[in-house]
Amino acid sequence: MKHIKIINRKTLAHTVPDGGCGECRTSCQSACKTSCTVANQKCENPRTQKRPLETAR
Amino acid sequence: MIHAYELHGRYIVLDVESGAVLDVDSAAFSALHTPPELHTAEQAEAWGELMSLKAEGLLFTEPPLESGRDVYSLPQSRTDIRGGPPPLKALCMHVSHDCNLRCGYCFAHTGDFGTGKRSVMPPEVAEKAVDYLLERCGGRENLEIDFFGGEPLMAFDTVKHTVAYAKKRAPGKRFRFTLTTNGVLLDEETIAYLNAEMDNLVLSLDGRKDVNDACRGRTYDSLLPKYKRVIETRTGDYYVRGTYTNRNLDFAEDVLHLASLGFRNISLEPAILPPGHPLALGEGCLPALNAEYEKLCGLMADGADFSFFHFNVDLEQGPCVYKRLRGCGAGVEYAAVTPEGDVFPCHQFAGREAYRLGSVLDGSFRDDLSARFMSMNCSDREDCAVCRAKYFCGGGCAAANLTVNGDIHKADRLGCELAKKRLDCAIYLKSNQVCE
Repeated sequence: MKHIKIINRKTLAHTVPDGGCGECRTSCQSACKTSCTVANQKCENPRTQKRPLETAR
Repeated sequence: MIHAYELHGRYIVLDVESGAVLDVDSAAFSALHTPPELHTAEQAEAWGELMSLKAEGLLFTEPPLESGRDVYSLPQSRTDIRGGPPPLKALCMHVSHDCNLRCGYCFAHTGDFGTGKRSVMPPEVAEKAVDYLLERCGGRENLEIDFFGGEPLMAFDTVKHTVAYAKKRAPGKRFRFTLTTNGVLLDEETIAYLNAEMDNLVLSLDGRKDVNDACRGRTYDSLLPKYKRVIETRTGDYYVRGTYTNRNLDFAEDVLHLASLGFRNISLEPAILPPGHPLALGEGCLPALNAEYEKLCGLMADGADFSFFHFNVDLEQGPCVYKRLRGCGAGVEYAAVTPEGDVFPCHQFAGREAYRLGSVLDGSFRDDLSARFMSMNCSDREDCAVCRAKYFCGGGCAAANLTVNGDIHKADRLGCELAKKRLDCAIYLKSNQVCE
C-alpha cells in the first residue's frame, strides 16, 4: 500500500477461542505496584500463541 | 472505534477493538477526518486503502467479546475448580509492616498501612499463606509470590523460609518470586541470595539525587553502589523503580538520569495520594505530565538503550482479551497477606478493614467481596467501554480509585489520562521502530 504501513495485524479476536487460561503474570507483581498496565504481560498459553493470525493473508 | 493521532511527526491509527496498528501518511490521516465527498484525489486513494483494511478486519471492527460477558466463566479459566470461584494464583506477602525509611509519598503510611502496629510476619504465618495459595490455586501451573512491605528485607529470614517452604511443599508448581526493596539492607549476602532466588527484583530509587533525597531520606549516595552491584551480578529480571510527585513534573529527567547510571529496566510511577496531600498530583498537572511522556518517548525513539515499563507494550505476544478485560485481578486472582495473616484484595488495600477478604489462619475467603472485584470488568463500565486504552490498562486501579475518589468503581481521572498518553507513546515507539 502506498499510504499505509501495517505495524500490527494480530487481532485480539484470535485470542478468544483459547484465551482466558489465567497462567500469565499478575501485572502488579512486575514493577508498578500503583497503577495497572496489562498489555505488557507476556501470554503463557501455547495454544493461543500457536493460533495462526486470522487476519493475515 | 479507532484512535488516530499524531506524535512527533508520525500519524498513527489504532483500531481499538482489534488491536491493529497502522502507520499512515498525512493523506490517509486527513482522509479519516474529512467527509469522503470532500476528499482530494490523494485522500480518495488513501481512503480506498483504509477501506480495504476495513474489509480485512483491521479497521472499524466490533468488540471481540459481547458486552457483559463474564470473563471469568470460561472452562479454561476455572481449571479443576468447576463451578467454584476462579483460582487465586498470585500473593503479595507483606512480610514486614515496618520500614527503615519514611518516604513522603508512601501509600503504606511508612510501613504500618495506617494500623499503628509495626510487625514482621512469623514463619508459621508465611507457611499458612503458601498453603492458602496452594489450596486455592486449582490447576494453575504458574504461581507468583511477591515479597513486599514495608521493607521486606527487615524480615529476610521469613523471605528465605517462604521460598524454601513453597518449593518443598509444591515441587510441581512453577513459583515466580519477586521482591521489592528500598535497598537499605542490601549487602553481599542478601544480593547473592536475591539474585539466585528472585525471578524479579524491584529496586526503589526516584532518579536525580536531589529528587530522590527529598522524599526518600538521604539515600541516593548509599544506594547507588548497592544497586550497581545487584545488576552487575544479576541475570534475572529487575526494575529500578521510582515515584514522581508534584515536585518533579519534569520526571523524564529522572528516567534519563537512571539510564545514564547504567540501569536498563526503569519504571517511574505517579504518586497515588489523596487530594490535598502536599505531594499529590492533580488534574492541573496533566498538561505538564503529558508533555513529559511525549518528550521521553521522543528521546527514546532516537535510540534508547533502556526500557521504560509503561512504554513496554507487546503488540503481538501480549495477553488475551480476557486478561485485558480482567485487569490486575485484585481480589480474585491476586491478593495480599499481612503479617497477621489477614487477606486483602491487593497490597494497597491492606489495613482497610472493610476490604478484608479473609485470613490464611482459618482459610476464610469472602466470595461476596471477591465478586465485587470480579465485576470490575472494563467492558461493562461506561467510561472504559469508550476508552481507547481499555485493552491496555485493564480498567485501571481500584485502589487508586478508592484513594482519590473514595469509591473503587469511580475512575481516577488523572490515572486514566496518563494511561492513555502512555499508550500513545508506547505505540508510537513500536511504529517508529518498524518504520525507521
